[in-house]
Amino acid sequence: MRHLLSAGDLTLDEATLVLDTAKELAQVGGRSVKKLPTLRGRTVVNLFYEDSTRTRISFEAAAKRMSADVINFSAKGSSVSKGESLKDTALTLQAMGADGVVIRHSASGAAHRLAEWVDGAVVNAGDGTHEHPTQALLDAYTIRERMGRLDGLRVAVVGDIRHSRVARSNVLLLNTLGAEVTLVAPPTLLPVSVRTWPCSVSYDLDEVLPKSDVVMMLRVQAERMNAAFFPTAREYSRRYGLDGDRFARMPDHAIVMHPGPMIRGMEISAEVADSPRSTIVEQVANGVSVRMAVLYLLLSGSGSGTGN
Amino acid sequence: MTNTTHLIRDARILGGERADILLRGGRIEAIGPGLAADGAQVVDAAGAVALPGLVDLHTHLREPGREDAETVATGSRSAAMGGYTAVFAMANTDPVADTAGVVEQVWRLGREAGHCDVHPVGAVTRGLGGEHLAELGAMADSAAGVRVFSDDGMCVSDALLMRRALEYVKAFDGVVAQHAQEPRLTEGAQMNEGVVSDRLGLAGWPAVAEEAVIARDCLLAEHVGSRLHICHVSTKGSVQIIRWAKSRGCDVTAEVTPHHLLLTDDLAESYDPIYKVNPPLRTAEDVEALREGLADGTIDVVATDHAPHPSEAKETEWCHAAMGMLGLETALSVVQHTMVDTGLLDWAGVARRMSETPARIGRLTGQGRPLAVGEPANVTLYDTSAERVVDAAAMASKSMNSPFNGMTLPGRVAATFLRGVPTVLDGKIQ
Repeated sequence: MRHLLSAGDLTLDEATLVLDTAKELAQVGGRSVKKLPTLRGRTVVNLFYEDSTRTRISFEAAAKRMSADVINFSAKGSSVSKGESLKDTALTLQAMGADGVVIRHSASGAAHRLAEWVDGAVVNAGDGTHEHPTQALLDAYTIRERMGRLDGLRVAVVGDIRHSRVARSNVLLLNTLGAEVTLVAPPTLLPVSVRTWPCSVSYDLDEVLPKSDVVMMLRVQAERMNAAFFPTAREYSRRYGLDGDRFARMPDHAIVMHPGPMIRGMEISAEVADSPRSTIVEQVANGVSVRMAVLYLLLSGSGSGTGN
Repeated sequence: MTNTTHLIRDARILGGERADILLRGGRIEAIGPGLAADGAQVVDAAGAVALPGLVDLHTHLREPGREDAETVATGSRSAAMGGYTAVFAMANTDPVADTAGVVEQVWRLGREAGHCDVHPVGAVTRGLGGEHLAELGAMADSAAGVRVFSDDGMCVSDALLMRRALEYVKAFDGVVAQHAQEPRLTEGAQMNEGVVSDRLGLAGWPAVAEEAVIARDCLLAEHVGSRLHICHVSTKGSVQIIRWAKSRGCDVTAEVTPHHLLLTDDLAESYDPIYKVNPPLRTAEDVEALREGLADGTIDVVATDHAPHPSEAKETEWCHAAMGMLGLETALSVVQHTMVDTGLLDWAGVARRMSETPARIGRLTGQGRPLAVGEPANVTLYDTSAERVVDAAAMASKSMNSPFNGMTLPGRVAATFLRGVPTVLDGKIQ
């Protein structure tokens, strides 16, 4: 594994290795000194073209807990805002000797392009409407922690599938890990070729909920409403929101997930979000462990360690 | 003045009989075996196929406005290298070619360059804005004698405006060349909508956005009794609709690009925008339907949609990259590869689709003529047995955005003659 660009690039063995490594590294978070020397002397650049404080600080915490030097490069107020191209930025990072680049970008495929232009490892931290593989890994990790396994679990992913990088990565990774995914959304928010994806599809949340072990709610952006993907926020919420009544129809063991940031009252009600069966806060904590594992596996093997 | 008398030795006329061709005074003076040189400069064709000089109905020469990408001079050199003796230069320049002044400027630049005839296409609407008709009559009456009108790059999406344009150009035997793209269905579109776009998370450009406009415009053209030309047909459904419209008697012609005859949307998996083009690359099923449509005459011509862009417009994220590909210097090779070597077309069929018919659609009288005594000496010699690795950096175009770069393609343009004057000899620009 040289880069992490797509969740689909991971074999079952590789994905399992990331989750197992994350489990070991999670112990560090419980210590009084939350630090390992593993990546000392390595430089990780967080190259963020989109505002995403939570993902950036998650990667930053992950890199720092393993003693890497972290450079945060935000597009705003940098050479990028003066019109520098991604390629020129890549060549600059290359010249500075970045061992790893974590990139968040609004353009699908930006991480793939970057990987052609730098020698270091590239981690896709979300590219447009394409993928967000570390989110899928932390979701898988969270499910495995709560449920004890992934193989054979029934996972419903609900919301704006069409524009969701989280959904794309989750479908690929959960399929690799043996879970059975059902996508639930109004037809307007599903890709036209979704029937070719390795998952089931339903337009009816009420029909899917009783048969789900995990329900993953996705954020629905307000601008989708203006583009006529659905008539009103109220109607969306009525048909696809997870409220207390629907929550009660889920099996007792089933959990509720959300990648955040969530819109309470829209896709998820407050009582559901704050329920003990909601994993939303755990997902954030697990995000650091999983990102530590990814950086460790990509950067510790080769490259310019201390004194090199 | 250079010697304008040339004796082409041992060419295969339209891929058939072997003969010599004597070009003198801008005309074909004789065709036959064993012609005497008689002071003419001898060009040994060595069995190359002789075609009438190619005519491209759809070229972007970028001048005025984007001389960093291409100029009339570099673009017409590129055309000559591809075997073309005439090109139609699209109107989406800056300023837009929507007045007699701009079309005359492009026409004059073409004459000065002298590598091929450059016929400006006039914009249908002012500034390609899709709201008001440009002064089509003034462009038709100008020195450039415009007969082809197109908002290419933009669709004339307003049905009433399209109807008026179709009707109005009848007064000077013009034709409207439609870039069929329903704008609302393609807002932000990045590539063909389907399995690949869904996986890559790139906004889709659905086939229906092209097909719906073609269906509408065929019916409009039929209703008002006008000629209609469809630019760069890219889908199976479009081929079916045009076939149906022709069967009803609609006076519609259509073009396909070389890249749509060969390349498919899965190339976008690299996220390399060298494969980003409008209309987008489609599926293998579409490619097959386009080849069949070109073979059976549903699609009348091959047109390149040669679209030069500087490297910085392509070395970027896919969604920020410019749309378009070079085409002039690889068109004949791609047509040989996809249509001739597959047995779908013979060389006479290629001549019809790449010279005779485009000239007729554009109402050119001195181009696209038969290879016969007394005809203008516009001749392309094409060595079908050659093989080459496409090298975009070595092209005559000012830009390098060829999707065929690095591919091995058959054939090589050995020589191009424009009214008896060689613009290319031994594969080199003159």
